[in-house]
Amino acid sequence: MIPFAFYLFAVLITGLFLVAVLSRNVLYAMTSLAAGMVLISGLFFILGADFLGVVQLIVYVGAVMGLYAFAMMFFDVSREVRETRSNPWLVFLLGGGIALMLVVMFAAPIVGDSVKALYPPVAHTTNPQAVGLVLFTKYLLPFEVASVMLLVAMIAGIILAGRKMEISLSAMDEDILPETKENA
Amino acid sequence: MITLNHYLILSGILFAIGLTGVVRRRNLLMLFFATEIMLNAANIAFAAISSYLHDMSGQMFAFFIIAVAASEVAVGLGLLILLYKKYGTINLDDFTIMKG
Repeated sequence: MIPFAFYLFAVLITGLFLVAVLSRNVLYAMTSLAAGMVLISGLFFILGADFLGVVQLIVYVGAVMGLYAFAMMFFDVSREVRETRSNPWLVFLLGGGIALMLVVMFAAPIVGDSVKALYPPVAHTTNPQAVGLVLFTKYLLPFEVASVMLLVAMIAGIILAGRKMEISLSAMDEDILPETKENA
Repeated sequence: MITLNHYLILSGILFAIGLTGVVRRRNLLMLFFATEIMLNAANIAFAAISSYLHDMSGQMFAFFIIAVAASEVAVGLGLLILLYKKYGTINLDDFTIMKG
């Protein structure tokens, strides 16, 4: 049962992400990316990382893709994305070659069996309990640093996107463009 | 039987897809999508290694990657909106403003 589920998820994720990368419509790319992320949380559930799967569903599919959907309202996404075609096979070979090199590089220690388990899960605990036990003891300092980073990112997002919010680009007359046109 | 190598190969394939997107995309929003794909590929590798080696560290790193991705999206989209208000486009080829 698990091999079937793994291969189903793997094929679907690969196909959906290929659509997300190759499609010329922003809406298609975004929806296929969101669907692929839902299926990735399925992979996490297969692996026994229940809490990670739930976080993936809430944060990635809920928050991040929702943020992209809101940001798409600012841009003109109705027309198709125009892209300069600079020899796509060269680009494909280049990306594949770099990725293959990276994978070989990072998979080498795994093949060498030199990795030891530092923090094995505590016996007789469910996955969220084990995550909490490790996160709030061994990884407490990175957790706090991550919380400060999220706070900084939130303030930066509000300030960056909130500047000149009183100027609406869509409901603007042609003759009272303040300084947006002269910089263009 | 699904082994760790299956997951690592899947993660490598997804990372290659994301890297291909980063190389070939010219629209900044699409470029962000490609980086999200790469981060998710890394997350799959971390979760699989964590599960097969019985170590919780991999899942911890996956959580931190998700936190980094969320803050990246917040700041990046703010900058993208500013760029669009200033230049009226988010196409990378239109930003050749440093004429040498």
